[in-house]
Amino acid sequence: MMCFEDVHFWYGEKEDPRAVAALRGVSFVLREGEFVVLLGRNGSGKSTLAKHCNGLLVPRKGRVCVDGMDTRDESVLWEIRRRVGLVFQNPDNQLIATTVEEDVAFGPENLGLPPSEIRKRVDEALARVGMSEYRKREPHTLSGGQKQRVAIAGVLAMHPKYLVLDEATAMLDPEGREELLQLLRELRKDVGILHITHNVEEALLADRVMVIDNGEIVAEGSPREVFLVGKDIEKWGLELPQIVEVALLLWKDYPDLFSVLPLSPDELVDALCSYS
Amino acid sequence: MFGKSVVIGQYVPLDSAMHRLDPRSKIFFVALGIVTLFLVQSWLSFALLGGFFVLLVLLAHLPFQYVLKSLRPLWVLLALTLCLHVFFTPDDALVLFGFLRVSLGGLFKGLFIVARLVLLVVATTLLTLTTSPIELTDGIEGLLSPLKRWGFPAHELAMMMTIALRFIPTLLEEADRIMKAQMARGIDFESGGFMKRIRGLIPLLVPLFVSAFRRAEDLAVAMESRCYRGGIGRTRLRMLRFERRDYAFLSLSLLVFVLSLSLSWLTW
Repeated sequence: MMCFEDVHFWYGEKEDPRAVAALRGVSFVLREGEFVVLLGRNGSGKSTLAKHCNGLLVPRKGRVCVDGMDTRDESVLWEIRRRVGLVFQNPDNQLIATTVEEDVAFGPENLGLPPSEIRKRVDEALARVGMSEYRKREPHTLSGGQKQRVAIAGVLAMHPKYLVLDEATAMLDPEGREELLQLLRELRKDVGILHITHNVEEALLADRVMVIDNGEIVAEGSPREVFLVGKDIEKWGLELPQIVEVALLLWKDYPDLFSVLPLSPDELVDALCSYS
Repeated sequence: MFGKSVVIGQYVPLDSAMHRLDPRSKIFFVALGIVTLFLVQSWLSFALLGGFFVLLVLLAHLPFQYVLKSLRPLWVLLALTLCLHVFFTPDDALVLFGFLRVSLGGLFKGLFIVARLVLLVVATTLLTLTTSPIELTDGIEGLLSPLKRWGFPAHELAMMMTIALRFIPTLLEEADRIMKAQMARGIDFESGGFMKRIRGLIPLLVPLFVSAFRRAEDLAVAMESRCYRGGIGRTRLRMLRFERRDYAFLSLSLLVFVLSLSLSWLTW
């Protein structure tokens, strides 16, 4: 379990009047096997929050715990980083080695595993993300979506329990984005996923959605619950997913059209067809 | 430039006996070869070494024109060396062209040095043509790691080389993109005098450097997130190991080098 307990963070000195609070009292829990999407506009504190997950930043107030280990405790920092894998926005700036398989091996190499074990994990991780046939390729010859899959493989090879994706889909084309989301759907069984994004459509698949604005968690719940706010979502700098917008408009005029908010075209069509 | 693989160095990916050797033994071979080439003083030794190198090129399945191509940038130097020796050796003049004296002793000396340089380049080319940059980096790290005891940053050097190799194509693509963007804004990279062109590079280099620094920052964060903490306790996917073929190759090389050295002392 990864938990944030009343986490406060600001860049710079507190006395400095220019210091802006990036996080103000963030609390939440991410369990293993859970797929949580964190929505927030630019500058809402999403990336700061991501960097707290593995101790790249530590809270100025409050605490972050990963399986009971405090990120401020330097002696467990590397174990925390092994358990919490981070994937970043720019796929070009997180691949380190000159070939795909060497890059995936980078994490396990840092853990000091024996070569045979590294080999096993690299093969496993590449198979998991469907990139086995690209093992000898150089990273710059891959597409954006493929690079992000390699980055995820690099994290999976360390056998993490949590996967935190900081805007990992932001720089991808629609195809690459779909690839990545499909992969996350497959991975959710084994690891807890915190997917940070400003794309509301990606939140429809989540077990739970959190909205962060101005350094605070302003809404939390299942996608159905969160998107029920309707147009009010704009005050957080977000838009409704198209399907939800359509459904809510219909719902206003036909209050007994749905019993629950539909989250996919299929659900909407089913509801419309069974309406009499 | 996009999508195409940018070739770094001259590595020719083949599967040959020379390619399969441990990079460390090839680096050893080059180092010893260079020392030998500078010490030997007789044509016989050169012939022996030359023959040995030709044998290795054959073993590496390398076409000879690849090896010769690596000599191309050198030919001015070679010609100059030869001319200087031929014309300016204060020796018995063979022919006199006005003030130019062609010296026989100079001709020999010049050819001697040319042969030495050519063999030198062939030996190093054998290394760079058969060893990928990654292997080369691993090899250098392996050879330098005993120096770690005295605080020599062997691992850090190798990591820097790896990252440089990884980012050369990325930065080339980026430079290409910036150049096109600046050209679209009316900057002329292709005409004007030397100074104007140099100044014209500023709008390319400044954005390139800014972006390189940003990339470096991102990369450092990504590396730390993946538990990188320097070379301590780090293992490798591919551990370098001396095989029997490496011992065989090194003993053979050593034998040839010693033989050519003793030939040189005997005949000189």
